[in-house]
Amino acid sequence: MSIANVTSTSDRAPEKVPDARWLGLLKGLWRHRLGRAGCIVLAVLVLVAAGADWLAPHDPTEIYYDYILVAPDSRFWFGTDELGRDIFSRVLFGARVSLQVVAAAVALSLVIGAAVGLISGYAGAWIDNGLMRVMDGLMAFPALVLALAIVAVLGPDLLNAMIAIAVVNTPGFARLVRGETLVVRELDYVQAARAMGASPLRIVARHVWPSVSGNVLVYGSLKASAALITESALSFLGLGVQPPTPSWGYMLATGMQYTQAWWMSIFPGLAIFLTVLGLNLIGDAARDVIDPRTQR
Amino acid sequence: MLRLLASRIAQVIPVLFVMSLAVFALTDLLPGDPTITVLGENATPQQREVLRKEMGLDRPAPLRYLDWMGRTLSGDLGRSLRTREPVTAMIAARLPVTVELTILSMLVASLIGIPLGIAAALKPNSWIDFAVSVTALAGMALPFFWAGILLIRLFSIQLGWLPPSGYVPIWVDPVRNLTLMVLPSLTVGGAMAGLIMRQTRSAMLQTLGQDFIRTARAKGVPERTVVVRHGLRSALLPVVTVIGLQSGALIGGAVVTETIFSLPGLGTMIVDGIFQRDFAVIQGALLTVVLAVVVVNLLTDLTYGLLDRRVRLA
Repeated sequence: MSIANVTSTSDRAPEKVPDARWLGLLKGLWRHRLGRAGCIVLAVLVLVAAGADWLAPHDPTEIYYDYILVAPDSRFWFGTDELGRDIFSRVLFGARVSLQVVAAAVALSLVIGAAVGLISGYAGAWIDNGLMRVMDGLMAFPALVLALAIVAVLGPDLLNAMIAIAVVNTPGFARLVRGETLVVRELDYVQAARAMGASPLRIVARHVWPSVSGNVLVYGSLKASAALITESALSFLGLGVQPPTPSWGYMLATGMQYTQAWWMSIFPGLAIFLTVLGLNLIGDAARDVIDPRTQR
Repeated sequence: MLRLLASRIAQVIPVLFVMSLAVFALTDLLPGDPTITVLGENATPQQREVLRKEMGLDRPAPLRYLDWMGRTLSGDLGRSLRTREPVTAMIAARLPVTVELTILSMLVASLIGIPLGIAAALKPNSWIDFAVSVTALAGMALPFFWAGILLIRLFSIQLGWLPPSGYVPIWVDPVRNLTLMVLPSLTVGGAMAGLIMRQTRSAMLQTLGQDFIRTARAKGVPERTVVVRHGLRSALLPVVTVIGLQSGALIGGAVVTETIFSLPGLGTMIVDGIFQRDFAVIQGALLTVVLAVVVVNLLTDLTYGLLDRRVRLA
């Protein structure tokens, strides 16, 4: 795919301009009060997901037959589930699964969406028309319903949930990148590059993509939280992560059936809530940093 | 207005075409032999072959699409592979549930979101504004299915005020129907209220800072009239758009929420269809849902035209 070249060429740009910009974005996020809170939440989550093996007091799939549906105590901090598994450990390992799915899905939709958007916006004419009608058609589906349909076709598992979430989010990226590309394409420096005989690939990679990528990243961080909700909803319905792999959505679905065990439906939900909150805070802050006009 | 209508409908047609292709492709590609769904695992290859011919599965995909489209346009969505019930009849029975849930949720979201958004905008940087912002932030981060579970825990199990699940058609027993719908519509509507709150607040703030508001205040128009007649009217435009554009998300939310509260709507129909590999059912329900979203988006555009003369004349 051409997009692989696109990103790698812009990474190798000798001017180091993009690096300075990402650093600026990170600094801006940290200076933003709510953005900093979001960064901290996300950092903790990443640490938890990476270090679940050491942090978890129990094996997340180990069954303690004598401790079924135990309320939270000093041994099982979040209690145990209907099979006698430690919920605290399962929530920690659930972070790993959820973050993996979300990161991979958003990255995939970003890459495909950006490729479609760049091609569409730069090539114009019938290519643009065709690609955009397909994107419009996909966008007409409610995200969750389309994800359900895709998982139904591919079969319920982790990888397919990831693909479904990626497909659902692709049109948004494509539209955004296309719109920006249309504007940038007409700017003088791009016209100049074209006049000097630069190839379309070079123009897109060196001139168009770098000036579009900032907004794409912000959009990506805003989409990450929606992706997490979709992932949990799929798992909740039993169409995402399959047991015994711990997943927050699936834990909620089983927890719902055990009304006497409140801890089964409180802690996994709280985990989803905090993660979405953190991602939303970062997304909002990133938007403020990139576009000062929206600052409130 | 007619021109606006015509141009919007012209835009919708290619979308509908792509979407129908997608629905067909998705379900036509569904793994698993549909003849197994109908005949069971023990049927002989010959029996399968006969059924494949009967179902038209031996014909090439483009022809099957044209066939399917032709039948769909004439209102025949086929029959469930399991129960042999006509899919159109199933949809007719289930559509009212989803429509009611969606409308009630929209109502809940607007009733919570718009007044709070206005309250926050009238006193920016006050404690009300702060409280509304925090509520909106938390509300947008709350996974709606978790909210549904918590609502059942609180109102059905702890307090015993409302039934946890079930459904009675509104024409059979309106009171019972509404009691059963309270928690589901709070679940879906609550999830959207935060967004509406935010949108109302920022639209209202922007409007109240404009010249015509200052003029209205300067000529002595009562503050109430300024806010409601002058401010709200133009601030509501973007809010209506957001509500309309969210209808897709709302229906998606309704799909999952129906399964939590055991409501027999299109959502449970899709989910059950997926688990039973009943592609006729999935196709029909999907098509209905997407068509509904497209129609609502169209209506949103037209409402926008009604509220804003500039769009109407353009």
